[in-house]
Amino acid sequence: MATLIIAEHDNSILKPATLNTVAAAAAIGGDAVLLVAGEGCQAVAGQAAQVAGVNKVLLADNAAYGHQLAENVAPLVAELAKSAGFEYVLAPATTTGKNLLPRVAALLDVGQLSDIVSVESADTFKRPIYAGNAIATVKSLDAIKVITVRGTAFDPVAAEGGSASIEAVTAVHDAGLSRFVGEEVAKSDRPELTAARVIISGGRGMGNGENFALLEKVADKLGAAVGASRAAVDAGFVPNDMQVGQTGKIVAPELYIAVGISGAIQHLAGMKDSKVIVAINKDEEAPIFQVADYGLVADLFDAVPELEASL
Amino acid sequence: MLTMQAAPVGLDINAKRQNSMKVLVTVKRVLDYNVKVRVKADRSDVDLANVKMALNPFCEIAVEEAVRLKEAGVATEVVVVSIGPKAVQEQIRTALALGADRGIHIETENSPESLSVAKLLAKVVADEQPGLVILGKQAIDSDNNQTGQMLAALTGLSQGTFASEVKIEGDEALVTREVDGGLQTLGLKLPAIVTTDLRLNEPRYASLPNIMKAKKKPLDVKTPADLGVELRAHTELLSVEPPAERKGGIKVGSVAELVEKLKNEAKVI
Ligand SMILES: Cc1cc2nc3c(=O)[nH]c(=O)nc-3n(C[C@H](O)[C@H](O)[C@H](O)COP(=O)(O)OP(=O)(O)OC[C@H]3O[C@@H](n4cnc5c(N)ncnc54)[C@H](O)[C@@H]3O)c2cc1C
Ligand SMILES: Nc1ncnc2c1ncn2[C@@H]1O[C@H](COP(=O)(O)O)[C@@H](O)[C@H]1O
Repeated sequence: MATLIIAEHDNSILKPATLNTVAAAAAIGGDAVLLVAGEGCQAVAGQAAQVAGVNKVLLADNAAYGHQLAENVAPLVAELAKSAGFEYVLAPATTTGKNLLPRVAALLDVGQLSDIVSVESADTFKRPIYAGNAIATVKSLDAIKVITVRGTAFDPVAAEGGSASIEAVTAVHDAGLSRFVGEEVAKSDRPELTAARVIISGGRGMGNGENFALLEKVADKLGAAVGASRAAVDAGFVPNDMQVGQTGKIVAPELYIAVGISGAIQHLAGMKDSKVIVAINKDEEAPIFQVADYGLVADLFDAVPELEASL
Repeated sequence: MLTMQAAPVGLDINAKRQNSMKVLVTVKRVLDYNVKVRVKADRSDVDLANVKMALNPFCEIAVEEAVRLKEAGVATEVVVVSIGPKAVQEQIRTALALGADRGIHIETENSPESLSVAKLLAKVVADEQPGLVILGKQAIDSDNNQTGQMLAALTGLSQGTFASEVKIEGDEALVTREVDGGLQTLGLKLPAIVTTDLRLNEPRYASLPNIMKAKKKPLDVKTPADLGVELRAHTELLSVEPPAERKGGIKVGSVAELVEKLKNEAKVI
């Protein structure tokens, strides 16, 4: 039994979401093989070979895979899955994994289980549905099980300690259907939202983008990442990659501080598995208080600077 | 297949005609996003009896985008498809009231799995030969986020998922995508498959006259057999349970008390 895991990376660094996905593969059992598909990504293969529990690394290094275009990478993954007889194909439930894996599944004529949060047995998994308001236990009937993994549900395996062999894959699939035009990558010295130990998020109550500086000051003291509700993103206060929720990022830090966020179910879907939740809101009826371990009814413009000063 | 000319869109009437294409949009009937989700007592599934159903929010955005392309002279016709029991015709009518021109209902007993939906849609794409297909990025009931990518695989077309901007330029769709690190723009060869993210547009409301007009717009009903598709189950739903309840916490009286609790009780700072 073997699992093919799609490594998440930017051609130079292996992303932490990969480690959670390897953990899910370990819960399934059997051999774990990491595929590093990219361009000039040798360094990533080196990092992948050190991940604990990985048996082998496949390195597909070609210009066609440089931007993870699904039209090119999906046929590569489907071909590997078929020719090497993998029973499982796993990817992190990141935007890259979500974009790629269903295309792989359809090429293999199998279904896909999205966003699993637990492995119950070799063919049965749990996954949230309806924005996490229900948890489904689903059995796969397919010979090859294609699965995306919710990172927050699996503790990452160690990034070091392994010593897998690296094997080059020479197959090149260049569908010629799509091309990379450009990207706007948000630059930040703060930890990534999905990997942060502490997150402080702001909502519509922040009033404008400049006021997010109040949260950044607290974040600096706590080594926290800064997130946002959809309303704050829609209002143009902050960029989209900061959105937490059903359709944004799913996070589960040790500490989540929600500031000026009402607590709509779509927002809760992205953060209610956090260990400790703090809510600061001036409306004592706000639904966020129903999930908060510590609620403070206060005007954020008083409370947040005071919080920063007392840390 | 309809090919597009390299001229920029909307220059004059003739340029518009040259660049014209059909747009196919898909709509799913789901539990209204404002409704509280309840699991059935026997834990077999979510309880959908007597609850308000609606157009999946991402599909509403897909319809709006298609209608805007038509209003801009880029699209000639907007065809809306839904798959499921008879009741989905309600959502097709909603899409027609929002500006789609005609509907196709593929009648099935339940709402099929994503791969089955994609197989049925692939047949519709083969029949209709659209220049662009717009789907929602995910259905808010299954939260699958699969169908568009699967349809792209089955039709061998390009895919632009999680779109926050779509521009048709020459024989390409320039699609800006919401990705984890920020925004990414891809050039997709047409015909292309696009899935919508929340910020692509703000859907309009249907006016009363348009709701009336929608009742007279054509709606074709087909079966999977008509399309020559045999559906197969890929998963079996064993049970559905409510999520673990979070224990309600406490209200603190001051910032000082909050900091004290976080330090000494929760020990997280
Ligand atoms: C299909 C779909 C998907 C969605 N996905 C997401 C998602 O992924 N993530 C997400 O967040 N939302 C999502 N939403 C939107 C969600 O339904 C809510 O609209 C959104 O979360 C509200 O954001 P908010 O809490 O910042 O704003 P509001 O609901 O407007 O709340 C603002 C809060 O700020 C408080 N406030 C105002 N001023 C102050 C002050 N001075 N001091 C203290 N408190 C103050 C108010 O009391 C209020 O509670 C989705 C919606 C749909 C339909
Ligand atoms: N039964 C259906 N009928 C029409 N469109 C559907 C159906 N199921 C899924 N879709 C489309 O595919 C998108 C993604 O759905 P999913 O992959 O199930 O999350 C939805 O937003 C719809 O646009």
